[in-house]
Amino acid sequence: MTALEIVQCGPGASVQDAGRYGFRRFGVSTAGAMDRRALALANTLAGNQPDAAALELPLAGAEFRVVGGPVLLAAHGPGTTLAVPGRLVSERSSVQVGDGDTVMIGPPREGVYSYVAVAGGILTRPVLGSRSCHRRSGIGGDVLSPGDRLPCIGGSDNAPLHFPEGMTYCGRDAIRIVPGPQAGFFEDVTWSRLLSSSYRISPRSDRMGLRLEGPALRSSTGHDIVSEGVVPGSVQVPGDGNPIVLGRDCQTTGGYPKIATVISADLDRLAQVQVGRDVRFRIVSEGDAIDAARRSAHWRSSLKSSAEPVNGASPDLLSQNLIGGITRGDDL
Amino acid sequence: MQEDCEVNDPVIRYLGDSALSVEFGNRIDAELVSRVHAFDAALNQLCLAGVVETVPTYRATTVIFDPLTADVREIEAAVLRLASTESDAGRPVGQLWEVPVTYGQDFGIDLDDVAAHAGMTPSDLVEAHADPEYLVAMVGFLPGFSYLSGLDPRLSTPRRSEPRARIPASSISIGGQQTAIGSLEGPSGWHVIGRTPARPFHPGRMPEFLFEPGDRIRFRPVSAREWSELDRGATRGALVAERVDG
Repeated sequence: MTALEIVQCGPGASVQDAGRYGFRRFGVSTAGAMDRRALALANTLAGNQPDAAALELPLAGAEFRVVGGPVLLAAHGPGTTLAVPGRLVSERSSVQVGDGDTVMIGPPREGVYSYVAVAGGILTRPVLGSRSCHRRSGIGGDVLSPGDRLPCIGGSDNAPLHFPEGMTYCGRDAIRIVPGPQAGFFEDVTWSRLLSSSYRISPRSDRMGLRLEGPALRSSTGHDIVSEGVVPGSVQVPGDGNPIVLGRDCQTTGGYPKIATVISADLDRLAQVQVGRDVRFRIVSEGDAIDAARRSAHWRSSLKSSAEPVNGASPDLLSQNLIGGITRGDDL
Repeated sequence: MQEDCEVNDPVIRYLGDSALSVEFGNRIDAELVSRVHAFDAALNQLCLAGVVETVPTYRATTVIFDPLTADVREIEAAVLRLASTESDAGRPVGQLWEVPVTYGQDFGIDLDDVAAHAGMTPSDLVEAHADPEYLVAMVGFLPGFSYLSGLDPRLSTPRRSEPRARIPASSISIGGQQTAIGSLEGPSGWHVIGRTPARPFHPGRMPEFLFEPGDRIRFRPVSAREWSELDRGATRGALVAERVDG
């Protein structure tokens, strides 16, 4: 069988898809790609559905070898580079890689997560309906290390694809939030502080949670509640007043008050903000958040209409609308 | 309103664009948790369009929905309708399980400390822990980790000041006024009083999860020898915990 054989990779490299649904009542975290836009872009270039399983590479690059036959693959991420024998490939293109060839992925210089998609997707064994790795529980396998083999279909009959325009990643727009279940635990002055201050991404951030440093958010009603359900995007505030935005690997329940929830359309963008950078927040209604989630999902699924064969694009695919559909990824 | 009139209409609170919490209260309370589970079961029977899953806990159930296909006004209306018509709150909704446990020794290294804290002999503590019928109030923290309500208040023990980096899989532990059946090996600040050979989560076995929120649990003390026999079966995929009729 065709496979990608890891030669080297950074800590935390893993296989991710759209995540695992239906088992949160049993304590199973959703997991899934931290940036589903970048996952969708890489997958679309590889000719896949937007949520097919791909390789997620946090912070560092990776080197792997294609074994057992040729594959079509693409790498996408903020400032990510892809090198195959003899050439550099744009993050807006997929490329056919031969059996035995070595592929080098550079670190995401302007963000945090890169994705490597192969035609047909990565075919590790699904667990509870998903191939996503949840590191803490071991569900979906462990993080990757040299020597690991990721099976895929392979083949040389998939044509490389290309996006005519790039996508801007780290827009500076404020991250949108909806007031959370314990919004009322925090007084108006605390809310003003949250909405008027910058919060810095702490180095202690990971797939379970993005820790923020900035003006402390103190609750007038304490920082312990009887545990209840939480979701990726929940903004928990523990006793030290530093908010934590829960990530895709977060637990299913939590006992800290949740001042807000980051809307799902902005979770992808937030995941790509590097440690030491600042973010700001602004409030939207849940109705606006739902509209944004719908636009975001529509954007991911319509990407394939923007991808064109590398050689010989048909003129109608180059219309402004379709190009705009890619560049507007941040404004959804 | 009188203070003892605790059963209020639930409050709907949004968690962004893909989830909402139906909150029945803010305490750990047997009546409250039963009401949450009865409501959760009734809500799931409706099979509302776009509802992906629900996560019932001690005091609320979280409804995860797909913003592409769910109509949140319809979900809200269904929640309020159910809350006003539910008549069987408190009726047990889940399965009753008998769970073998070996208390103390290497299986429960904190048993003597917890007994001392409660002012009991270790054997009285085992009896007090194994006596009640518990309710699986929620499953969280790790896959299959089952939080139980119904602990004898005399057994309440503050969590350890120094959490342990690892306690064995399937540990039975006490933390504050809660007791739990652990699943996978993992960190814990709770006191380990015993261990069951049953695997609350066993990938590849059917069912993969033993206990569901709303299920009820009885513990059956077993000897270390019986634990080993049952453990061998559990390794091969036997449930070990037994469903009790009625």
